[in-house]
Amino acid sequence: MSGVRVLVGTRKGAFVLRADGARKNWDISGPFFGGWEVFHMKGSPADPNRIFASQSTSWFGQLIQRSDDGGLTWEPVGNQFTYDGVPGTHQWYDGTPHPWEFARVWHLEPSLNDPDTVLAGVEDAALFRSADGGLSWSELSGLRGHDTGSAWQPGAGGMCLHTIIVSPKDPRRIFVAISSAGAFRSDDEGSTWRPINHGLHSEGLPDEDAEVGHCVHRIALHPSNPDVLYMQKHWDVMRSDNAGDSWSEVSGNLPSDFGFAIDVHAHEPETIYVVPITSDSEHFPPEGKLRVYRSRTGGNEWEPLTKGLPQEHCYVDVLRDAMALDALEDCGVYFGTTGGQVYASANSGDSWEPIVRDLPAVLSVEVQTLA
Amino acid sequence: MIRVVLPAHLKMLAKVSGEVELEVVGTPSPASVIDALETRFPVLLGTIRDPLTQQRRKFVRFFACEKDLSLEPIDVALPVDVTTGREPFFVIGAMAGG
Repeated sequence: MSGVRVLVGTRKGAFVLRADGARKNWDISGPFFGGWEVFHMKGSPADPNRIFASQSTSWFGQLIQRSDDGGLTWEPVGNQFTYDGVPGTHQWYDGTPHPWEFARVWHLEPSLNDPDTVLAGVEDAALFRSADGGLSWSELSGLRGHDTGSAWQPGAGGMCLHTIIVSPKDPRRIFVAISSAGAFRSDDEGSTWRPINHGLHSEGLPDEDAEVGHCVHRIALHPSNPDVLYMQKHWDVMRSDNAGDSWSEVSGNLPSDFGFAIDVHAHEPETIYVVPITSDSEHFPPEGKLRVYRSRTGGNEWEPLTKGLPQEHCYVDVLRDAMALDALEDCGVYFGTTGGQVYASANSGDSWEPIVRDLPAVLSVEVQTLA
Repeated sequence: MIRVVLPAHLKMLAKVSGEVELEVVGTPSPASVIDALETRFPVLLGTIRDPLTQQRRKFVRFFACEKDLSLEPIDVALPVDVTTGREPFFVIGAMAGG
């Protein structure tokens, strides 16, 4: 029988939520790694029982955990993330050169077809790859070595590489996004990179149209059309129809175009979801109403999805990796909040129910669709 | 034989419940104790010291015999009471409140 497994990373551990295809009754397990921050967990598309998790604290650093039984048990694998060669410097907040320093793993992206291969996006921004199931890691240093690398500057949350997408049609093509350097694309499996930020405008930059420096919050695509990218930037929801060569704004009638999460419907490539947040200083929903917005037109025209979501006194945030969609026939949508709720919709967002209400602040949500 | 007390998170990672007893080669120091600890429990690599610089993590402290050894050189000789097993060597996660 089909089902789903929702992987939830929080400020104080990881949780695994399981349900059958009806998505009504949930089995909740965890916390795993209690007391540790789990920035991200993601399952291998090639072997759904293999799940990787990023576990860290300010006290004891970074670990990577791996499960080979669908999240029932976990074993730590490699945690040595060493920058390639002499790391060099990037710009610090005050504009001075600052040595690249590893802080944590923000995002893990397992290969689409090899369960032993996984990419890791880290802070300070760099991309690492493991080809042995996470036991060892090596940097794809062409990204950090890009001509603009020494000019990259952290955002308020640190200089993190938080988005990794491998094109499902061409595994040599990789998209990444860095706060606050922008979006980058490689067409040679990560050896060389080019910024793909043409069309982005950021009022926080002296040159609003700069080649790099944009605070991209997340990028998403639909597997059937991987040249169409959707982006939630710090401000602005953007769309590219040419694999990032150029972008246009599709914020349309959103109540705020600030936000973090963005994702695409499993079966409708032009149906996208965002969660508007008031502003970069008020990280909560406009008017205290938690609303997911859906566009069925690839942007510009948005409808609020509110049924089952709190419509008063709600002041939580939804972080960049905290939304995911399943691939069941009635596409399920899931998101977690900094208030510890994980909401699920089994009907493409038309209505919502909380799976859990009182977890620690949710940092990430991923879902696995199980046969 | 050196007795080592780990903080709860590291006990969980190392899958130990009480004190850890270690044989340390040469003159025992915080560095050599951590070396022996990491050899016996590879999962602790990088959790007490930064794996690149080998410096103590800033929120980790070393205590022994009611003294804070954290700011001593990491290769300072440990007190005799620790090297003879009368007193444990503590690895502490610094307190955080709020």
